[in-house]
Amino acid sequence: MIYHITDNLSKAIPLADIPLVEYAALYHDLEQRLQDERYHVAHYFARLEEGQLRFYLILLDDKQHNILLSSHALDYYDEVTLPSLTALHPALHPFEREIAELFSVKFGSMPWLKPLRFSADRLNRNSTIDNYPFYHIEGESLHQVNVGPIHAGIIEPGAFRFICNGESVLHLEIALGYQHRGLEREFSNDSNRLRQTLLAENIAGDSAVSHASAFALAIEKLTDFTPSEALIIERHIAQELERMAMHIADTGALCMDVGYQLGQVACEALRTMTINTTQAWCGNRFGKGLIRPMGTNKPLNSAKIDMIRQNVAEIARRYEEVRQDIKTSPTLLARFEQCGNVGRAEMLRIGGVGMAARASNAPRDIRLSHPYGLFGKELQHESVIKRQGDVMARLMVRCREVLQSAEYIQQLLNLYSTATATQQPDYEAKLTPEALSLSLTEGWRGEICHVAITDKQGNIATYKVKDPSLHNWLALALAVRSEGISDFPICNKSFNLSYCGHDL
Amino acid sequence: MAVLLNTILMIVVALTITGVINRTRALLSGRKGIPFLQHIRDVKVLWRKGSVYSTTTTTLFKIAPAIYLGVSIVAMLFIPVANLYPLISFEGDVICFAYTLALARLAIILAAMDTGSSFEGMGAAREALYGALIEPALMMGFATLAMFCGYTSFADIFEFEQAFDLHHTIVMLLIAYLFIQVAFIEAGRVPVDDPRTHLELTMIHEVMCLDYSGIDLAMIKIAGWLKTACFAMIAANAIATTCCFYWWFATPVAILLTALAIGIVESTQARNKLVRNITFVVTISAMATLIFFIGYLLHLNIDI
Repeated sequence: MIYHITDNLSKAIPLADIPLVEYAALYHDLEQRLQDERYHVAHYFARLEEGQLRFYLILLDDKQHNILLSSHALDYYDEVTLPSLTALHPALHPFEREIAELFSVKFGSMPWLKPLRFSADRLNRNSTIDNYPFYHIEGESLHQVNVGPIHAGIIEPGAFRFICNGESVLHLEIALGYQHRGLEREFSNDSNRLRQTLLAENIAGDSAVSHASAFALAIEKLTDFTPSEALIIERHIAQELERMAMHIADTGALCMDVGYQLGQVACEALRTMTINTTQAWCGNRFGKGLIRPMGTNKPLNSAKIDMIRQNVAEIARRYEEVRQDIKTSPTLLARFEQCGNVGRAEMLRIGGVGMAARASNAPRDIRLSHPYGLFGKELQHESVIKRQGDVMARLMVRCREVLQSAEYIQQLLNLYSTATATQQPDYEAKLTPEALSLSLTEGWRGEICHVAITDKQGNIATYKVKDPSLHNWLALALAVRSEGISDFPICNKSFNLSYCGHDL
Repeated sequence: MAVLLNTILMIVVALTITGVINRTRALLSGRKGIPFLQHIRDVKVLWRKGSVYSTTTTTLFKIAPAIYLGVSIVAMLFIPVANLYPLISFEGDVICFAYTLALARLAIILAAMDTGSSFEGMGAAREALYGALIEPALMMGFATLAMFCGYTSFADIFEFEQAFDLHHTIVMLLIAYLFIQVAFIEAGRVPVDDPRTHLELTMIHEVMCLDYSGIDLAMIKIAGWLKTACFAMIAANAIATTCCFYWWFATPVAILLTALAIGIVESTQARNKLVRNITFVVTISAMATLIFFIGYLLHLNIDI
């Protein structure tokens, strides 16, 4: 067997259990396997281990709900060229680019090897963000438009280079890395569990709850702690509230970008109401401080349950009106439909995940394929899938998911009983030494994957984070091809990807 | 005296339209809204500030706002307020008015190209395109007025002695409608352009002024108000001439008609996709041609 098979609920895997195979065997197996859309790679990274570079591959089987783990290794001074998997399956491009950037590993026949995020610990210091190898096309009638890296407003930095023929975009290249903070390394530099939790909350500010939940799950898998049902429900509610808040905010932002004021102000009010609900619960509008490993400082009580129940019902009722209004407004449909198309085949090829993939009829949903917490048990999740893959489809997925989340929150509140009291968080628990723990959650953007590897002393030696943005930025670049350049903002908003989640 | 009052009223219209638009939008979105005169305060602040110039720009960039404002003031002086008299009036001043505004557009397009910014180049291209497409509508509108009324000066066109004439009313209402539409495009409002957008890639008029700051930006903003006021007043005159040809009627009509139309459209409707704008503008030109023929048939006094 070249894989160790596990799932999203099982405990950490001892490193010794992960098979170490020949690269050729893995390459040939993946070449076959990834042609089937039920498989996709959740993470592929390398780390230095006793003089060798060991590559870990995490493959997800959506149909069997399994996680397949494998690894291969290179001696540190090996000058081998590995045949590139990206050449076969473009979805792997961010992983191979990262490995190449960090360790100068050579990938043969890699179609387009360029830096991913200019990590602070990259090997080639001559490759800097200032000499990013932008693609260019020569032509009499073509012109280049460069946007960024400094955003004119308050959004994070990223350089976008358009090659246009008049108003229409031929090619968009997105260069990121300006937000790189060396975050993954900080997890192993600092063994203080509370500080690690705070780091996890700040991976991407708009997904604080999702990333903190993924971190807490990854840590809990390395201990013998089993979360109580109340704790699981609280985390679910927090995550669904976050999903609602962000989807509503993006509905408003899309309305704003096409100049539709009514939709904008209605959604802004609803979004404020949603994040204020989170604030009334835990004291922070983005749910920071709410998710802690092995317990919580902010348990629900009956007053808070009533407050959440009422607010969520009110938000769902008013948001449904906005949704009907958007669906029946011809000027909005004229802007959103047939704009920024990404087809299903394309989306699967580049490894798109989350709501953007679901809008293109690619059923990537961790809640369904690799359930965690109460999903697959008390909560029977049904993915919201749209076929068209345009801005409207992504907007409608958001709309439906808001209403779905509102319903889940009501169900979860019914299940919640204050009797199974939640504990205080435990920041001192010993972690299993020499083990790999991985957790998958479905944030509002999509699949979030955290991997923790511990050393002999039971400290975190390597921590790897994957935000869905890592895959989906390429989907945005494809969406604007042959669109008018003036439609870029709504295509961008329809994905609303994270810069810091990508740059880490 | 009448000339002085005429000019003052034009300025009042120019200064208040933006306020009424803001108030309409605020009310329709259930907000209290900014103070009525906030836009004037903003410009007052800008007026006191110095300007920052990009090193790639030349003198052309620096003088363009002055030309833009100067030309807009001259254009404003052509427009009568109902029964009052404008400062400048001569045979054929409608044509002069149209091309005075075209000169303003030329100045600002050249200045935008002067910055060398790719955004502003795109904005200039769009402005030039829509400017060229809306010109037939403007000329057809003036031609209808000239043909129907027999004069080619604003001051004479709207003078109408008879109490009520159905043909005259129909043509004048159509003309009012046409000029409101033109005002939408000239003022850079939804559905063609969106003055509130923060997205450089979608802007038309705003993107051309991105490099301007301080007093230059103030001049451009004031010039924009004056341009809008001119079209609002032409539409108001066309309405006033059918029922109540007095300045105290035409002034509030000019303010309310344009501002409410813009405010309501901006609150309830999304902007056009940029490629659809061409269809939108050409449709207005086509409508202007249709109005001309309607005017011509009615002028022949065919019974309807």
